[in-house]
Amino acid sequence: MDLILDIKNLTMNFGGLKALDGVNLHIRQGEIAALIGPNGAGKTTLFNCLTGIYAPSSGDILLYQPGAKPKRLNGLKINTITSLGVARTFQNIRLFGGMTVLENVMIGRHARSKSGILGAIFRPPATRVEEKAIVDKSYAILEYIDLAPYVNELAKNLPYGAQRRLEIARALATEPRLLLLDEPAAGMNPQETRELEGLLVRLQADHELSILLIEHDMKLVMNLARNIFVLDYGEEIARGTPLEIRHNPAVIKAYLGEEADAEIG
Amino acid sequence: MNYFWDLFLGGLTRGSIYALIALGYTMVYGILQLINFAHGEIYMIAAFTALIVASILTMQGLTGFSVLILAGVIAILYAAAYGFTVEKIAYKPLRQASRLSPLISAIGMSIFLQNYVMLAQTSDFLPFPNLLPQSEFLDSISAWIGPSDFIIIVTSSVVMIALSLLLKFTKMGRAMRATAQDREMAMLTGVSVNRIISRTFIIGSALAAIGGLLIASHVGRINFYIGFNAGIKAFTAAVLGGIGSIPGAMLGGLVLGLAESFGTGYISSDYESVFAFTILILILILKPDGILGRSSQQKV
Repeated sequence: MDLILDIKNLTMNFGGLKALDGVNLHIRQGEIAALIGPNGAGKTTLFNCLTGIYAPSSGDILLYQPGAKPKRLNGLKINTITSLGVARTFQNIRLFGGMTVLENVMIGRHARSKSGILGAIFRPPATRVEEKAIVDKSYAILEYIDLAPYVNELAKNLPYGAQRRLEIARALATEPRLLLLDEPAAGMNPQETRELEGLLVRLQADHELSILLIEHDMKLVMNLARNIFVLDYGEEIARGTPLEIRHNPAVIKAYLGEEADAEIG
Repeated sequence: MNYFWDLFLGGLTRGSIYALIALGYTMVYGILQLINFAHGEIYMIAAFTALIVASILTMQGLTGFSVLILAGVIAILYAAAYGFTVEKIAYKPLRQASRLSPLISAIGMSIFLQNYVMLAQTSDFLPFPNLLPQSEFLDSISAWIGPSDFIIIVTSSVVMIALSLLLKFTKMGRAMRATAQDREMAMLTGVSVNRIISRTFIIGSALAAIGGLLIASHVGRINFYIGFNAGIKAFTAAVLGGIGSIPGAMLGGLVLGLAESFGTGYISSDYESVFAFTILILILILKPDGILGRSSQQKV
Protein backbone atom coordinates (compact mmCIF):
# COMPACT_ATOMS: atom_id res chain seq x y z
CA MET A 1 0.00 0.00 0.00
CA ASP A 2 1.03 3.60 -0.56
CA LEU A 3 2.26 5.83 2.19
CA ILE A 4 0.28 8.89 3.27
CA LEU A 5 2.65 10.17 5.94
CA ASP A 6 6.38 9.74 6.28
CA ILE A 7 8.20 11.29 9.23
CA LYS A 8 11.97 11.15 9.01
CA ASN A 9 14.38 11.85 11.80
CA LEU A 10 12.08 14.36 13.49
CA THR A 11 13.66 16.29 16.35
CA MET A 12 12.03 18.93 18.52
CA ASN A 13 14.09 20.84 21.07
CA PHE A 14 12.68 23.08 23.78
CA GLY A 15 15.78 24.84 25.04
CA GLY A 16 17.93 21.99 26.29
CA LEU A 17 15.13 19.46 26.36
CA LYS A 18 14.76 17.06 23.47
CA ALA A 19 11.01 16.38 23.38
CA LEU A 20 11.45 14.39 20.18
CA ASP A 21 14.77 12.86 19.20
CA GLY A 22 15.13 11.50 15.69
CA VAL A 23 11.68 9.96 15.43
CA ASN A 24 10.77 7.98 12.31
CA LEU A 25 7.18 7.08 11.64
CA HIS A 26 5.11 6.26 8.59
CA ILE A 27 1.46 5.62 7.95
CA ARG A 28 0.02 3.85 4.94
CA GLN A 29 -3.01 5.04 3.04
CA GLY A 30 -6.22 3.94 4.76
CA GLU A 31 -4.51 2.42 7.78
CA ILE A 32 -5.17 2.90 11.48
CA ALA A 33 -1.90 3.29 13.33
CA ALA A 34 -1.32 4.01 16.99
CA LEU A 35 1.26 5.99 18.86
CA ILE A 36 1.72 4.89 22.44
CA GLY A 37 4.14 5.53 25.25
CA PRO A 38 4.26 6.66 28.86
CA ASN A 39 3.25 10.19 29.85
CA GLY A 40 5.74 12.78 28.65
CA ALA A 41 7.07 10.52 25.91
CA GLY A 42 6.48 13.24 23.27
CA LYS A 43 3.33 11.92 21.64
CA THR A 44 1.37 15.18 21.73
CA THR A 45 4.52 17.08 20.76
CA LEU A 46 4.62 14.95 17.63
CA PHE A 47 1.01 15.91 16.84
CA ASN A 48 1.85 19.56 17.43
CA CYS A 49 4.75 19.33 14.98
CA LEU A 50 2.54 17.57 12.47
CA THR A 51 -0.20 20.19 12.58
CA GLY A 52 2.06 23.23 12.46
CA ILE A 53 1.59 24.35 16.06
CA TYR A 54 5.32 23.77 16.60
CA ALA A 55 8.00 24.22 13.98
CA PRO A 56 10.24 21.14 14.32
CA SER A 57 13.93 21.72 15.04
CA SER A 58 15.01 19.28 12.36
CA GLY A 59 13.83 16.37 10.27
CA ASP A 60 11.14 16.01 7.64
CA ILE A 61 7.39 15.55 7.76
CA LEU A 62 6.19 14.45 4.34
CA LEU A 63 2.52 14.24 3.44
CA TYR A 64 1.85 12.25 0.28
CA GLN A 65 -0.70 13.75 -2.09
CA PRO A 66 -2.62 11.75 -4.67
CA GLY A 67 -0.99 12.32 -8.05
CA ALA A 68 1.49 14.88 -6.79
CA LYS A 69 4.85 15.10 -5.14
CA PRO A 70 4.88 14.65 -1.35
CA LYS A 71 4.47 17.92 0.53
CA ARG A 72 6.88 18.87 3.30
CA LEU A 73 4.81 20.14 6.22
CA ASN A 74 7.62 21.61 8.32
CA GLY A 75 7.01 25.30 9.05
CA LEU A 76 3.74 25.58 7.14
CA LYS A 77 0.91 27.59 8.66
CA ILE A 78 -1.60 25.67 10.77
CA ASN A 79 -4.53 26.40 8.47
CA THR A 80 -2.50 25.51 5.38
CA ILE A 81 -1.80 22.07 6.81
CA THR A 82 -5.50 21.69 7.57
CA SER A 83 -6.40 22.49 3.98
CA LEU A 84 -3.84 19.92 2.81
CA GLY A 85 -5.96 17.29 4.55
CA VAL A 86 -4.68 16.81 8.09
CA ALA A 87 -7.13 17.19 10.98
CA ARG A 88 -6.82 16.50 14.68
CA THR A 89 -8.64 16.33 17.97
CA PHE A 90 -7.31 17.21 21.40
CA GLN A 91 -6.71 15.30 24.58
CA ASN A 92 -8.44 18.06 26.54
CA ILE A 93 -11.57 18.88 24.57
CA ARG A 94 -11.30 22.16 22.67
CA LEU A 95 -14.71 22.83 21.22
CA PHE A 96 -16.06 26.31 20.55
CA GLY A 97 -18.21 26.10 23.68
CA GLY A 98 -20.27 29.21 23.02
CA MET A 99 -21.35 28.02 19.57
CA THR A 100 -23.94 25.41 18.68
CA VAL A 101 -23.08 21.86 17.71
CA LEU A 102 -24.00 22.61 14.12
CA GLU A 103 -21.86 25.76 14.05
CA ASN A 104 -18.89 23.85 15.42
CA VAL A 105 -19.08 21.47 12.48
CA MET A 106 -19.80 24.28 10.00
CA ILE A 107 -16.58 25.99 11.07
CA GLY A 108 -14.79 22.86 9.95
CA ARG A 109 -16.09 23.49 6.43
CA HIS A 110 -14.19 26.76 6.34
CA ALA A 111 -11.16 25.27 4.63
CA ARG A 112 -13.38 23.81 1.89
CA SER A 113 -15.44 26.86 0.98
CA LYS A 114 -14.71 30.12 -0.77
CA SER A 115 -17.01 33.05 0.01
CA GLY A 116 -15.27 36.03 1.58
CA ILE A 117 -16.10 39.41 3.02
CA LEU A 118 -18.11 40.70 0.05
CA GLY A 119 -20.12 37.50 -0.05
CA ALA A 120 -20.88 37.89 3.64
CA ILE A 121 -22.14 41.45 3.18
CA PHE A 122 -23.99 41.26 -0.13
CA ARG A 123 -25.03 37.59 -0.04
CA PRO A 124 -25.12 36.87 -3.77
CA PRO A 125 -26.79 33.61 -4.88
CA ALA A 126 -23.44 31.78 -5.06
CA THR A 127 -22.83 32.50 -1.38
CA ARG A 128 -26.29 31.35 -0.41
CA VAL A 129 -25.90 28.12 -2.38
CA GLU A 130 -22.54 27.51 -0.76
CA GLU A 131 -23.94 28.27 2.70
CA LYS A 132 -26.72 25.76 2.14
CA ALA A 133 -24.20 23.16 1.02
CA ILE A 134 -22.20 23.80 4.21
CA VAL A 135 -25.30 23.28 6.35
CA ASP A 136 -26.30 20.11 4.47
CA LYS A 137 -22.84 18.61 4.69
CA SER A 138 -22.58 19.47 8.38
CA TYR A 139 -25.94 17.83 9.08
CA ALA A 140 -24.82 14.73 7.21
CA ILE A 141 -21.67 14.51 9.32
CA LEU A 142 -23.67 14.94 12.53
CA GLU A 143 -26.05 12.19 11.42
CA TYR A 144 -23.13 9.93 10.62
CA ILE A 145 -21.65 10.46 14.05
CA ASP A 146 -24.97 10.16 15.91
CA LEU A 147 -25.04 13.75 17.08
CA ALA A 148 -28.13 14.78 15.12
CA PRO A 149 -30.34 15.15 18.24
CA TYR A 150 -27.99 17.83 19.57
CA VAL A 151 -27.66 20.09 16.49
CA ASN A 152 -28.88 23.30 18.11
CA GLU A 153 -27.45 22.76 21.59
CA LEU A 154 -24.49 24.82 22.71
CA ALA A 155 -21.38 22.64 22.49
CA LYS A 156 -20.50 23.27 26.14
CA ASN A 157 -23.84 21.81 27.31
CA LEU A 158 -23.26 18.41 25.70
CA PRO A 159 -22.53 15.28 27.73
CA TYR A 160 -18.88 14.34 27.82
CA GLY A 161 -18.96 11.47 25.36
CA ALA A 162 -20.91 13.57 22.86
CA GLN A 163 -18.36 16.39 23.16
CA ARG A 164 -15.63 13.91 22.27
CA ARG A 165 -17.58 12.78 19.22
CA LEU A 166 -18.25 16.39 18.25
CA GLU A 167 -14.50 17.00 18.18
CA ILE A 168 -14.22 14.16 15.70
CA ALA A 169 -17.17 15.50 13.69
CA ARG A 170 -15.56 18.92 13.44
CA ALA A 171 -12.29 17.35 12.33
CA LEU A 172 -14.14 15.30 9.70
CA ALA A 173 -15.80 18.44 8.35
CA THR A 174 -12.41 19.63 7.10
CA GLU A 175 -12.34 16.55 4.83
CA PRO A 176 -9.07 15.16 6.12
CA ARG A 177 -7.14 12.34 4.49
CA LEU A 178 -5.18 11.89 7.69
CA LEU A 179 -6.95 12.13 11.04
CA LEU A 180 -4.94 12.56 14.23
CA LEU A 181 -6.78 11.58 17.40
CA ASP A 182 -5.21 12.52 20.74
CA GLU A 183 -6.60 10.15 23.39
CA PRO A 184 -10.12 10.01 22.00
CA ALA A 185 -11.22 7.52 24.65
CA ALA A 186 -9.87 9.47 27.62
CA GLY A 187 -12.53 9.72 30.32
CA MET A 188 -15.00 7.51 28.47
CA ASN A 189 -16.81 4.62 30.12
CA PRO A 190 -16.41 1.12 28.59
CA GLN A 191 -19.70 1.46 26.70
CA GLU A 192 -18.66 4.78 25.12
CA THR A 193 -15.24 3.36 24.30
CA ARG A 194 -16.85 0.45 22.44
CA GLU A 195 -18.98 2.89 20.47
CA LEU A 196 -15.91 4.94 19.65
CA GLU A 197 -14.15 1.84 18.41
CA GLY A 198 -17.09 1.06 16.14
CA LEU A 199 -17.10 4.61 14.84
CA LEU A 200 -13.40 4.58 13.98
CA VAL A 201 -13.69 1.26 12.17
CA ARG A 202 -16.64 2.65 10.22
CA LEU A 203 -14.74 5.84 9.36
CA GLN A 204 -11.75 4.00 8.09
CA ALA A 205 -13.88 1.62 6.05
CA ASP A 206 -16.31 4.19 4.60
CA HIS A 207 -13.85 6.95 3.81
CA GLU A 208 -10.53 5.15 3.47
CA LEU A 209 -9.34 7.53 6.10
CA SER A 210 -5.86 7.13 7.52
CA ILE A 211 -5.88 7.50 11.28
CA LEU A 212 -3.08 8.01 13.76
CA LEU A 213 -4.22 7.44 17.30
CA ILE A 214 -2.62 8.38 20.60
CA GLU A 215 -4.27 6.26 23.26
CA HIS A 216 -3.65 4.81 26.68
CA ASP A 217 -6.51 2.33 26.50
CA MET A 218 -4.48 -0.68 25.36
CA LYS A 219 -7.50 -2.78 24.56
CA LEU A 220 -8.69 -0.13 22.10
CA VAL A 221 -5.22 0.22 20.59
CA MET A 222 -4.73 -3.53 20.17
CA ASN A 223 -8.18 -3.93 18.60
CA LEU A 224 -7.84 -1.07 16.13
CA ALA A 225 -4.26 -0.53 15.11
CA ARG A 226 -2.44 -2.53 12.49
CA ASN A 227 0.77 -0.80 13.27
CA ILE A 228 1.96 0.57 16.60
CA PHE A 229 4.77 2.99 17.31
CA VAL A 230 6.09 3.30 20.84
CA LEU A 231 7.80 6.44 22.10
CA ASP A 232 9.68 6.90 25.34
CA TYR A 233 11.55 10.07 26.34
CA GLY A 234 11.19 11.39 22.79
CA GLU A 235 12.76 8.34 21.17
CA GLU A 236 11.16 5.54 19.28
CA ILE A 237 11.74 2.36 21.25
CA ALA A 238 9.64 -0.08 19.24
CA ARG A 239 7.33 -0.50 16.30
CA GLY A 240 5.30 -3.37 14.98
CA THR A 241 2.00 -5.18 14.96
CA PRO A 242 -0.05 -5.42 18.17
CA LEU A 243 1.24 -8.92 18.74
CA GLU A 244 4.88 -7.87 18.40
CA ILE A 245 4.40 -4.86 20.67
CA ARG A 246 2.63 -6.92 23.31
CA HIS A 247 5.69 -9.10 23.79
CA ASN A 248 8.40 -6.50 23.19
CA PRO A 249 10.67 -6.37 26.27
CA ALA A 250 11.61 -2.69 25.73
CA VAL A 251 7.95 -1.70 25.70
CA ILE A 252 7.15 -3.71 28.78
CA LYS A 253 10.10 -2.13 30.54
CA ALA A 254 9.07 1.41 29.55
CA TYR A 255 5.55 0.87 30.78
CA LEU A 256 6.10 -1.18 33.89
CA GLY A 257 9.64 -0.44 35.00
CA GLU A 258 12.85 -2.43 35.29
CA GLU A 259 11.70 -5.47 37.23
CA ALA A 260 8.52 -6.25 35.41
CA ASP A 261 8.12 -9.23 33.21
CA ALA A 262 4.39 -9.00 32.80
CA GLU A 263 2.72 -8.59 29.45
CA ILE A 264 0.87 -5.47 28.55
CA GLY A 265 -2.57 -5.41 26.99
CA MET B 1 -41.19 66.11 30.87
CA ASN B 2 -40.28 67.76 27.60
CA TYR B 3 -36.84 68.56 28.90
CA PHE B 4 -36.44 64.96 30.04
CA TRP B 5 -37.42 63.72 26.57
CA ASP B 6 -34.89 66.03 24.92
CA LEU B 7 -32.14 64.78 27.19
CA PHE B 8 -33.19 61.20 26.59
CA LEU B 9 -33.04 61.64 22.81
CA GLY B 10 -29.74 63.48 23.04
CA GLY B 11 -28.38 60.62 25.10
CA LEU B 12 -29.57 58.01 22.62
CA THR B 13 -28.02 59.91 19.72
CA ARG B 14 -24.72 60.31 21.49
CA GLY B 15 -24.88 56.75 22.76
CA SER B 16 -25.50 55.29 19.29
CA ILE B 17 -22.33 56.93 18.04
CA TYR B 18 -20.36 55.69 21.04
CA ALA B 19 -21.73 52.23 20.42
CA LEU B 20 -20.71 52.27 16.75
CA ILE B 21 -17.14 53.18 17.66
CA ALA B 22 -17.05 50.91 20.71
CA LEU B 23 -17.84 47.93 18.47
CA GLY B 24 -14.49 48.41 16.73
CA TYR B 25 -12.63 48.37 20.05
CA THR B 26 -14.45 45.35 21.32
CA MET B 27 -14.15 43.26 18.13
CA VAL B 28 -10.41 43.85 17.91
CA TYR B 29 -10.03 43.11 21.61
CA GLY B 30 -12.05 39.92 21.26
CA ILE B 31 -9.74 38.58 18.60
CA LEU B 32 -6.33 40.04 19.46
CA GLN B 33 -6.68 41.05 23.14
CA LEU B 34 -5.40 44.42 21.96
CA ILE B 35 -6.80 47.88 22.66
CA ASN B 36 -6.53 49.60 19.31
CA PHE B 37 -5.94 53.16 20.48
CA ALA B 38 -5.70 54.37 16.89
CA HIS B 39 -9.36 53.45 16.37
CA GLY B 40 -10.66 56.94 17.26
CA GLU B 41 -8.36 58.40 14.64
CA ILE B 42 -9.99 56.26 11.96
CA TYR B 43 -13.28 57.90 12.88
CA MET B 44 -11.70 61.33 12.59
CA ILE B 45 -10.10 60.51 9.24
CA ALA B 46 -13.46 59.33 7.92
CA ALA B 47 -15.00 62.67 8.88
CA PHE B 48 -12.23 64.59 7.11
CA THR B 49 -12.50 62.40 4.02
CA ALA B 50 -16.23 63.00 3.88
CA LEU B 51 -15.66 66.74 4.25
CA ILE B 52 -13.13 66.84 1.44
CA VAL B 53 -15.21 64.70 -0.91
CA ALA B 54 -18.38 66.63 -0.11
CA SER B 55 -16.62 69.96 -0.76
CA ILE B 56 -15.32 68.76 -4.12
CA LEU B 57 -18.72 67.40 -5.14
CA THR B 58 -20.47 70.59 -4.07
CA MET B 59 -18.04 72.61 -6.16
CA GLN B 60 -18.91 70.34 -9.08
CA GLY B 61 -22.49 71.41 -8.60
CA LEU B 62 -23.87 68.24 -7.02
CA THR B 63 -26.32 68.60 -4.18
CA GLY B 64 -28.37 66.71 -1.68
CA PHE B 65 -28.63 63.01 -1.51
CA SER B 66 -25.98 62.13 -4.11
CA VAL B 67 -23.36 64.08 -2.15
CA LEU B 68 -24.27 62.20 1.02
CA ILE B 69 -24.06 58.79 -0.64
CA LEU B 70 -20.84 59.43 -2.57
CA ALA B 71 -19.07 61.16 0.30
CA GLY B 72 -20.29 58.49 2.68
CA VAL B 73 -19.20 55.54 0.59
CA ILE B 74 -15.80 57.01 -0.19
CA ALA B 75 -15.22 57.95 3.46
CA ILE B 76 -16.18 54.45 4.63
CA LEU B 77 -13.94 52.73 2.07
CA TYR B 78 -11.07 55.08 2.83
CA ALA B 79 -11.41 54.55 6.57
CA ALA B 80 -11.61 50.78 6.10
CA ALA B 81 -8.40 50.92 4.05
CA TYR B 82 -6.80 52.94 6.84
CA GLY B 83 -7.85 50.39 9.47
CA PHE B 84 -6.50 47.55 7.32
CA THR B 85 -3.18 49.33 6.78
CA VAL B 86 -2.74 50.34 10.41
CA GLU B 87 -3.08 46.70 11.42
CA LYS B 88 -0.56 45.55 8.82
CA ILE B 89 1.99 48.23 9.74
CA ALA B 90 1.60 48.65 13.48
CA TYR B 91 0.26 45.37 14.87
CA LYS B 92 0.96 42.43 12.56
CA PRO B 93 4.77 42.60 12.93
CA LEU B 94 4.23 42.49 16.71
CA ARG B 95 1.92 39.45 16.71
CA GLN B 96 4.45 37.34 18.61
CA ALA B 97 5.68 40.13 20.89
CA SER B 98 4.56 40.64 24.48
CA ARG B 99 1.16 42.26 24.92
CA LEU B 100 2.60 45.62 25.90
CA SER B 101 4.39 46.17 22.57
CA PRO B 102 1.34 46.39 20.28
CA LEU B 103 -0.36 48.57 22.88
CA ILE B 104 2.47 51.09 22.72
CA SER B 105 2.49 50.78 18.96
CA ALA B 106 -1.24 51.63 19.00
CA ILE B 107 -0.68 54.77 21.05
CA GLY B 108 2.13 55.77 18.69
CA MET B 109 -0.13 55.23 15.70
CA SER B 110 -2.83 57.36 17.30
CA ILE B 111 -0.44 60.27 17.94
CA PHE B 112 1.02 59.95 14.46
CA LEU B 113 -2.37 60.07 12.72
CA GLN B 114 -3.58 63.03 14.80
CA ASN B 115 -0.50 65.03 13.99
CA TYR B 116 -0.53 64.02 10.37
CA VAL B 117 -4.08 65.32 9.96
CA MET B 118 -3.27 68.44 11.94
CA LEU B 119 -0.39 69.21 9.59
CA ALA B 120 -2.21 68.22 6.43
CA GLN B 121 -5.35 70.16 7.34
CA THR B 122 -5.28 72.70 10.17
CA SER B 123 -5.63 72.60 13.91
CA ASP B 124 -8.73 74.82 13.67
CA PHE B 125 -12.28 73.59 13.61
CA LEU B 126 -13.59 73.29 10.07
CA PRO B 127 -17.28 73.66 9.29
CA PHE B 128 -18.89 70.40 8.21
CA PRO B 129 -21.88 70.61 5.86
CA ASN B 130 -25.10 68.99 7.00
CA LEU B 131 -25.27 66.03 4.66
CA LEU B 132 -28.24 64.40 6.32
CA PRO B 133 -31.27 64.52 4.04
CA GLN B 134 -34.32 66.71 4.56
CA SER B 135 -37.75 65.34 3.92
CA GLU B 136 -41.39 66.02 4.67
CA PHE B 137 -41.52 62.99 6.89
CA LEU B 138 -38.66 64.29 9.03
CA ASP B 139 -40.30 67.72 9.23
CA SER B 140 -43.54 66.16 10.35
CA ILE B 141 -41.90 64.44 13.30
CA SER B 142 -39.58 67.31 14.17
CA ALA B 143 -41.88 68.40 16.97
CA TRP B 144 -40.69 65.56 19.14
CA ILE B 145 -37.48 64.32 17.53
CA GLY B 146 -34.89 66.34 15.62
CA PRO B 147 -34.23 65.13 12.06
CA SER B 148 -30.56 64.37 12.63
CA ASP B 149 -31.24 62.64 15.95
CA PHE B 150 -33.77 60.47 14.16
CA ILE B 151 -31.39 59.61 11.31
CA ILE B 152 -28.51 58.85 13.65
CA ILE B 153 -30.55 56.57 15.89
CA VAL B 154 -32.16 54.72 12.98
CA THR B 155 -28.94 54.35 10.98
CA SER B 156 -26.94 53.08 13.94
CA SER B 157 -29.65 50.61 14.86
CA VAL B 158 -29.78 49.26 11.33
CA VAL B 159 -25.99 48.98 11.14
CA MET B 160 -25.79 47.21 14.50
CA ILE B 161 -28.54 44.77 13.59
CA ALA B 162 -26.76 44.08 10.30
CA LEU B 163 -23.51 43.42 12.17
CA SER B 164 -25.23 41.03 14.55
CA LEU B 165 -26.73 39.12 11.62
CA LEU B 166 -23.35 39.04 9.88
CA LEU B 167 -21.71 37.56 12.95
CA LYS B 168 -24.51 35.12 13.61
CA PHE B 169 -25.31 33.80 10.18
CA THR B 170 -22.38 34.12 7.80
CA LYS B 171 -19.33 31.99 7.32
CA MET B 172 -17.12 34.97 8.08
CA GLY B 173 -19.08 35.70 11.26
CA ARG B 174 -18.68 32.12 12.42
CA ALA B 175 -14.96 32.24 11.72
CA MET B 176 -14.67 35.49 13.68
CA ARG B 177 -16.52 34.05 16.67
CA ALA B 178 -14.43 30.89 16.54
CA THR B 179 -11.21 32.90 16.35
CA ALA B 180 -12.26 34.95 19.36
CA GLN B 181 -12.90 31.80 21.38
CA ASP B 182 -9.75 29.85 20.48
CA ARG B 183 -7.43 31.25 17.85
CA GLU B 184 -5.27 28.14 17.48
CA MET B 185 -8.27 25.83 17.22
CA ALA B 186 -9.82 28.10 14.61
CA MET B 187 -6.66 27.75 12.52
CA LEU B 188 -6.80 23.99 12.96
CA THR B 189 -10.25 23.98 11.44
CA GLY B 190 -8.86 25.82 8.44
CA VAL B 191 -9.60 29.44 9.31
CA SER B 192 -6.92 31.82 8.07
CA VAL B 193 -6.58 33.89 11.20
CA ASN B 194 -4.58 36.67 9.56
CA ARG B 195 -7.40 37.19 7.11
CA ILE B 196 -9.97 37.23 9.91
CA ILE B 197 -7.93 39.82 11.79
CA SER B 198 -7.75 42.03 8.69
CA ARG B 199 -11.48 41.74 8.20
CA THR B 200 -12.13 42.63 11.81
CA PHE B 201 -10.17 45.83 11.34
CA ILE B 202 -11.96 46.60 8.08
CA ILE B 203 -15.41 46.12 9.60
CA GLY B 204 -14.55 47.99 12.81
CA SER B 205 -13.16 50.90 10.81
CA ALA B 206 -16.20 51.03 8.54
CA LEU B 207 -18.46 51.20 11.61
CA ALA B 208 -16.37 54.00 13.08
CA ALA B 209 -16.54 55.81 9.73
CA ILE B 210 -20.32 55.64 9.73
CA GLY B 211 -20.28 57.07 13.26
CA GLY B 212 -17.87 59.80 12.19
CA LEU B 213 -20.01 60.85 9.28
CA LEU B 214 -23.21 60.97 11.28
CA ILE B 215 -21.82 62.93 14.19
CA ALA B 216 -19.83 65.37 12.04
CA SER B 217 -23.01 66.16 10.14
CA HIS B 218 -24.91 66.52 13.39
CA VAL B 219 -22.41 68.73 15.20
CA GLY B 220 -21.38 70.65 12.10
CA ARG B 221 -17.66 71.06 12.72
CA ILE B 222 -14.57 68.86 12.94
CA ASN B 223 -10.90 69.06 13.80
CA PHE B 224 -8.02 66.63 14.20
CA TYR B 225 -8.80 66.05 17.87
CA ILE B 226 -12.39 64.75 17.65
CA GLY B 227 -11.13 61.19 17.19
CA PHE B 228 -9.24 61.21 20.44
CA ASN B 229 -12.24 62.46 22.41
CA ALA B 230 -14.77 60.16 20.81
CA GLY B 231 -12.30 57.27 20.92
CA ILE B 232 -11.70 57.51 24.63
CA LYS B 233 -15.44 57.77 25.31
CA ALA B 234 -16.18 54.78 23.08
CA PHE B 235 -13.42 52.86 24.79
CA THR B 236 -15.11 53.66 28.10
CA ALA B 237 -18.37 52.40 26.63
CA ALA B 238 -16.70 49.15 25.52
CA VAL B 239 -15.23 48.57 28.99
CA LEU B 240 -18.54 49.51 30.58
CA GLY B 241 -20.38 46.88 28.55
CA GLY B 242 -17.65 44.28 28.96
CA ILE B 243 -14.76 44.48 26.51
CA GLY B 244 -14.80 41.67 23.98
CA SER B 245 -18.59 41.50 24.08
CA ILE B 246 -20.55 42.74 21.06
CA PRO B 247 -23.91 43.31 22.82
CA GLY B 248 -21.86 44.79 25.67
CA ALA B 249 -20.40 47.46 23.39
CA MET B 250 -23.85 48.40 22.13
CA LEU B 251 -25.34 48.54 25.61
CA GLY B 252 -22.29 50.30 27.07
CA GLY B 253 -22.51 52.99 24.38
CA LEU B 254 -26.15 53.70 25.09
CA VAL B 255 -25.71 53.72 28.88
CA LEU B 256 -22.76 56.07 28.62
CA GLY B 257 -24.56 58.38 26.20
CA LEU B 258 -27.62 58.59 28.42
CA ALA B 259 -25.54 59.12 31.57
CA GLU B 260 -23.65 61.97 29.93
CA SER B 261 -26.80 63.53 28.58
CA PHE B 262 -28.71 63.43 31.86
CA GLY B 263 -25.62 64.42 33.83
CA THR B 264 -25.01 67.51 31.74
CA GLY B 265 -28.73 68.33 31.64
CA TYR B 266 -29.54 68.02 35.31
CA ILE B 267 -26.22 68.74 37.00
CA SER B 268 -23.85 70.82 34.93
CA SER B 269 -22.62 70.81 31.36
CA ASP B 270 -19.15 71.74 32.61
CA TYR B 271 -18.75 68.19 33.85
CA GLU B 272 -19.55 66.34 30.63
CA SER B 273 -16.39 64.24 30.55
CA VAL B 274 -16.33 63.88 34.30
CA PHE B 275 -19.47 61.74 34.10
CA ALA B 276 -17.96 59.41 31.50
CA PHE B 277 -14.71 58.87 33.33
CA THR B 278 -16.33 58.57 36.74
CA ILE B 279 -18.33 55.72 35.26
CA LEU B 280 -15.12 54.19 33.84
CA ILE B 281 -13.38 54.34 37.22
CA LEU B 282 -16.40 52.96 39.07
CA ILE B 283 -16.85 50.08 36.67
CA LEU B 284 -13.17 49.19 36.86
CA ILE B 285 -13.37 49.11 40.65
CA LEU B 286 -16.75 47.46 41.10
CA LYS B 287 -17.24 45.22 38.07
CA PRO B 288 -14.05 45.04 35.99
CA ASP B 289 -15.66 42.60 33.55
CA GLY B 290 -18.31 45.14 32.59
CA ILE B 291 -22.09 44.82 32.46
CA LEU B 292 -22.06 41.82 30.12
CA GLY B 293 -18.72 40.50 31.29
CA ARG B 294 -16.84 37.37 30.34
CA SER B 295 -19.21 34.78 31.65
CA SER B 296 -22.28 35.73 29.62
CA GLN B 297 -20.82 37.16 26.49
CA GLN B 298 -20.96 36.56 22.81
CA LYS B 299 -17.53 37.72 21.96
CA VAL B 300 -15.72 38.50 18.78
